[in-house]
Amino acid sequence: MSDTLQVALALPRADFELRVDLRLPAQGISVLFGPSGSGKTSVLRCVAGLERARPGRVLVADETWQDDAAGIFVPTHRRALGYVFQEASLFDHLDVRGNLRYGTTRSRSARSARTLDAAIELLGIGHLLDRRPSQLSGGERQRVAIARALATEPRLLLLDEPMAALDVARRLEVLPWLERLHDELRLPMLYVTHSVDELSRLADHLVVLERGEVRASGPVQEVLAAVDSPVLPADEAGALLQGTIAERSERWRLARVAVDGGDFWMRDDGLPLGHAVRLRVLARDVSLATAEPSRTSIQNHFRGVVETIAPDGHPSQAVVRVRCGGTLLLARVTRRALDQLALEPGSPAWVQVKSVALVR
Amino acid sequence: MATPFELGAEALQAIRLTLLLATLTTLALLVLATPLAWWLAHTRSRWRAPVGALVTLPLVLPPTVLGFYLLVAMGPDGPLGQLTQALGWGVLSFTFGGLLLGSIVFSLPFAVQPIQNAFESIGSRPLEVAATLRAHPLDAFFTVALPQARGGLVTAAILAFAHTVGEFGVVLMIGGNIPGQTRVVSTLIYGHVEAMEYAQAHLLAGGMLAFSFVVLLALAWVRRSAGRVLP
Repeated sequence: MSDTLQVALALPRADFELRVDLRLPAQGISVLFGPSGSGKTSVLRCVAGLERARPGRVLVADETWQDDAAGIFVPTHRRALGYVFQEASLFDHLDVRGNLRYGTTRSRSARSARTLDAAIELLGIGHLLDRRPSQLSGGERQRVAIARALATEPRLLLLDEPMAALDVARRLEVLPWLERLHDELRLPMLYVTHSVDELSRLADHLVVLERGEVRASGPVQEVLAAVDSPVLPADEAGALLQGTIAERSERWRLARVAVDGGDFWMRDDGLPLGHAVRLRVLARDVSLATAEPSRTSIQNHFRGVVETIAPDGHPSQAVVRVRCGGTLLLARVTRRALDQLALEPGSPAWVQVKSVALVR
Repeated sequence: MATPFELGAEALQAIRLTLLLATLTTLALLVLATPLAWWLAHTRSRWRAPVGALVTLPLVLPPTVLGFYLLVAMGPDGPLGQLTQALGWGVLSFTFGGLLLGSIVFSLPFAVQPIQNAFESIGSRPLEVAATLRAHPLDAFFTVALPQARGGLVTAAILAFAHTVGEFGVVLMIGGNIPGQTRVVSTLIYGHVEAMEYAQAHLLAGGMLAFSFVVLLALAWVRRSAGRVLP
């Protein structure tokens, strides 16, 4: 397999053993998600070679970075990777330009000057080049750190909770740059976070870690819709949908978002027609009906088929997964309602969505 | 014979020798103490504590004890003396070379500790960052660790220099007081006092006092700005 990223590691930790065996797509953002201390950062450090798992196997496309079976361990400085650390990791003794050039002069690429310019442009840091790291805001520092990593032309970009040390305002400042990275580069990224918000906005592929083990790994929409093994707390359970802006209503100031299996009408935030958007629909904002709803204030409803019914936090409730065309939606309803409507896997149902959030 | 308030040839010679000794000691210590401090700051070896204690020993030992052992070791029958004789360098005791060696040992903790502290406060993160930016460990040491430890290196150099200028016991024990060879300012002052030449002693002692004050002032300035990034 030359177009995947393979990571197989075993690493004893203080209170558990980290054991992962992952195959990840060689494109887009794979998010490693899990509570603090679940081993996410260790996975990243092992992929980078900063820590050594034994035995371990790390394959990036056609390059082998570690394979203990074959006695291969490439030291970090010879791995074509970029690493963005959690806290500010800029070199204090160099200015921004010096920091950016530190990597490019060592990666010995003929194109490095152009790559550096592109990275500076991509992260919007051209006006900061002569500053010292101490003169930058937290968000600016992380943008410089990301550009510095990109400028070495990595084959894999590793990001270890790059926004954990930032306050909410700074996070909102950095997130769009990360999305831009995702949209404009074909570079695979491994992104560690424990923030639901970041994962909703950025993940293409989602890996859920718990106490050193992989609980789930797959396309983010599927993993989040797997009601049998919920990865988020009940209140945050919900579906992630991919759509495009298909129509904008001047009169009602609403936008129609076309998703596979139906249309959503939602607040028009000024995004242009054809713009790709990602929506999050929380299970608690979704209700079910057996007949097409009429005379209701709820604007969005879809016809679908019940796939799975799974227990929820409280015994009175259940989470129902409904397939509407190519889209999966989750609904949180009471057991009594299910009984009254006689819903079971395979039943046709109408799904009403009370509220939908545009995550990006 | 010099008049009271003017430095005679003897004093100038002693000052020149003192500065030469301090300069050479400082340079040698920067070269020796930096890797040693690096090792002490990063190793997880069980030898860390004993080696650390050994390096710190000159700080607490009376200079006479240190001088005595060095004298014995460097003497014709001592292990160091045997080595230097085998290498054709002769016996180092009561020579400038022996004095230099003694100074290096005596000032070692003053050079190692500030550098070790600096390396420890930098931690391993900047070096990991450098590795992810394709820097070989040795490259990272010179381009990241050393520049970031600059405050510690400057402190170490100042302390080693000043401490060497101010040493007396070790000099007397292993160097004697041979004019032009091993007579430095501190031993010359001692000689003046013994000979009741208080005027000459005053002049040199006052000079040492002023020098030491300036050194400590410089050190305070370095320490204050160590946290700041100098251009």
